[in-house]
Amino acid sequence: MKNISLNIDGKNIKTVERKTVLNVARENGIYIPTLCYHPRTKQAGKCRICVVEVKGLPGLRVSCSLEAKDGMEVLTNTGRIIETRKMIVELYLSSGRHNCISCEGSGTCELQDAAYHLGIEKSSFPNMTKDIPIDTSSPMIIRDMNKCIQCYRCIAGCNDIAVNEVLDMGFRSSRMTVVCDTNKPMGKSSCVICGECVQLCPTGALTERKSATKGRDWETGKIKTTCPYCGVGCQMYLHVRDNEIIKVTGAEDTAPNYGSLCIKGRFGYDFVHSHERLRSPLLRKNGEFAEVSWEDALDFTAKKLLEIKKNHGPESIVGIGCARTTNENNYVMMKFMRAVIGTNNVDHCART
Amino acid sequence: MNNILLSKKGIIDLHSLKKYIAHGGYEALKKALSMPPENIISMVIESGLRGRGGAGFPAGMKWKFLPKEREITKYLICNADEGEPGTFKDRQIMEFDPHLLIEGMTITAYAIGACRGFIYIRGEYDWIAKVLIRALKEAEDHGFSGDYILGTDYQFCIDVFRGAGSYICGEETALLESIEGKAGRPRLKPPFPATFGLYGKPTVVQNVATLSSIPFIVNNGPDAFKTFGKPRNYGTMLFGICGHVNKPGVYEYPMGTSLKKLIYEVAGGIKGNKGLKAVIPGGLSAPILKADEIDIEMDFDSLIAAGSILGTGGIIVLDENVSIPFVAQKAAKFFAHESCGQCTPCREGTNIIKFLIDRIAAGEGSLTDIEQVLRLCRCIKGSTLCAMGDTAAFSIETMVKKFRGEFESLVK
Ligand SMILES: Cc1cc2nc3c(=O)[nH]c(=O)nc-3n(C[C@H](O)[C@H](O)[C@H](O)COP(=O)(O)O)c2cc1C
Ligand code: SF4
Ligand code: SF4
Ligand code: SF4
Repeated sequence: MKNISLNIDGKNIKTVERKTVLNVARENGIYIPTLCYHPRTKQAGKCRICVVEVKGLPGLRVSCSLEAKDGMEVLTNTGRIIETRKMIVELYLSSGRHNCISCEGSGTCELQDAAYHLGIEKSSFPNMTKDIPIDTSSPMIIRDMNKCIQCYRCIAGCNDIAVNEVLDMGFRSSRMTVVCDTNKPMGKSSCVICGECVQLCPTGALTERKSATKGRDWETGKIKTTCPYCGVGCQMYLHVRDNEIIKVTGAEDTAPNYGSLCIKGRFGYDFVHSHERLRSPLLRKNGEFAEVSWEDALDFTAKKLLEIKKNHGPESIVGIGCARTTNENNYVMMKFMRAVIGTNNVDHCART
Repeated sequence: MNNILLSKKGIIDLHSLKKYIAHGGYEALKKALSMPPENIISMVIESGLRGRGGAGFPAGMKWKFLPKEREITKYLICNADEGEPGTFKDRQIMEFDPHLLIEGMTITAYAIGACRGFIYIRGEYDWIAKVLIRALKEAEDHGFSGDYILGTDYQFCIDVFRGAGSYICGEETALLESIEGKAGRPRLKPPFPATFGLYGKPTVVQNVATLSSIPFIVNNGPDAFKTFGKPRNYGTMLFGICGHVNKPGVYEYPMGTSLKKLIYEVAGGIKGNKGLKAVIPGGLSAPILKADEIDIEMDFDSLIAAGSILGTGGIIVLDENVSIPFVAQKAAKFFAHESCGQCTPCREGTNIIKFLIDRIAAGEGSLTDIEQVLRLCRCIKGSTLCAMGDTAAFSIETMVKKFRGEFESLVK
């Protein structure tokens, strides 16, 4: 790739070609607010808040979609740019119901961040809110279109990343809004509840039902872990408050999932805190289950397996691996069957 | 007058192939097919023909941006959406002289190497769509369109595609989305249609009047075209004059004809001998001119110099009794309704402008409201995804700035 140099806000920057002005600025610590841009859904050019001025080009340019070129001179905070950004945030604040006090999105909301950085407490434009009924039809996702900023991120996520093709933008003008299928309630649509859209939403328009009122983002610890459900091994963050998991999000910067999760990984964490969950091994004694220690359980199992092997031969034993464990666990299980038990009777539930 | 586009005006049944041929039709196509395609492009560049759909981009230059390779699929699209309020020029050509457009398209397609063409016509023009479909059938039956045109192995067929009533589908990339079966929302540019157009293929989009000028240029040469108009603004324009004039209608005059002459001589002056208040010179999106600003030549460059645009050449004449806040109210309603909704300044901005102007017009506004309208217009300009938001803001801003007194008298 060719080296180029450009000037942003008087700072000479050396970089390589095929990058956007936004990314070059960010890499060099220059703050440009964005709303519709997300590294995973890429440029959209919808919100227009990332505008910059480029010497020799007319009007304002959206930096998320502007390729950095050699010799370019870019300004990111002239009076005109700041005035335009302020207008955009005020337009959002007047057209949507952005009541941060009780919003689930508060703390992770990118509109809130932009308003904060631009020093806007309230909009000077008239109140244009529409009072759209909140869609609570999905078992997991709450859709409050009064908080939607029409950024298209959920649409790009649902169509291009998760490829479930549920969401699209419906209607036009100020009535434009995200629709599920042919404008059905989410719970009656073809949504498979993967939650891709929720994770991408920059505001509180899409939130998780189960996490509601359980804790703000700044009150939770984030623990990175591997999803316990299948061998893909998606990387995820557990959002934990008072030793309770209140939300799960996909880790965006790592393979294999780069932020995506399926319905189980994202929403199926209740079992962790279930009272019916086994907390220690159970051994049947006189027809009744009784709790025993791990040592006792393992000793008992080893003894029984050896007995069966001795009396009936290794071929009488079969090992079935579990899709809910990792590749490494399955590998060890296979080794155990072949080397310790001495059989090739190894199978896996994902194959049956 | 009536030199290039309406030269056959008045001929009965001109829409029939027989009549069109009897009056010299399809001669240009014959000539064009005997020329190398590059020569036609050079001819059109030489003529200086600029797009008649509003932006005035040089047509031949646009064709040059297309890849040269013959084997790459390319499309030619005629923009017949004609949605701009106060604009009714393209229908004159399509309804009365459809073969002129078909001939222009077929020559253009040959020049750029397009295999397939579409005429994207506004939904409301259903009877004109029928005229076009009939003319296309006739042209195909007689070898002027379709396969083996004029006995050569050159093929080009045209489909008529009807819009569904949205103004924004006149914007060339929204138009492409619409033909592809998607919602009519403009694409982020670049890439431009010349590299990534219909179904991702190189595409040229051109207005009806632009394409209909091609047969004249091929028949008579670029120099003949340049005898009309003035440097950088050659040829003629179809001026659609409406509003408070005695003889509203579509008139063909050279580029650079005086606006005063068009209103007072061509269109017979103001109705009821009233005074003139203002003129919107190029469709509703063109910034308004005050009565004392009409001593101006109607061409792309002169109007830009005067702080407006030639746009579509649709001239809306407003007499002394018209309330400009009322005009602004209508314009704001139109823009707010027609915004595709994709980008924030246009979607929310036009909606609030409409709200504020309604409030001012109802006598419930304040000076702050006027300031807010101006602030919105100032910020919307230059920050939108397509030109619609820009022009909406420019047009409303000019009304408020030039007739501020009228707005202020409503809030006091
Ligand atoms: C909001 C909007 C509406 C437009 N409507 C039309 C239209 O109805 N007809 C047209 O020819 N061009 C229209 N245009 C201009 C087209 O985008 C495009 O520039 C034109 O079709 C190119 O053809 P030309 O170079 O021959 O003018 C519109 C542009 C915008 C931004
Ligand atoms: S949860 Fe998944 S399938 Fe459902 S709308 Fe969101 S992204 Fe699409
Ligand atoms: S719901 Fe969220 S992600 Fe989707 S468009 Fe609205 S603000 Fe953007
Ligand atoms: S300027 Fe208006 S019409 Fe154009 S893309 Fe933006 S919202 Fe749509």
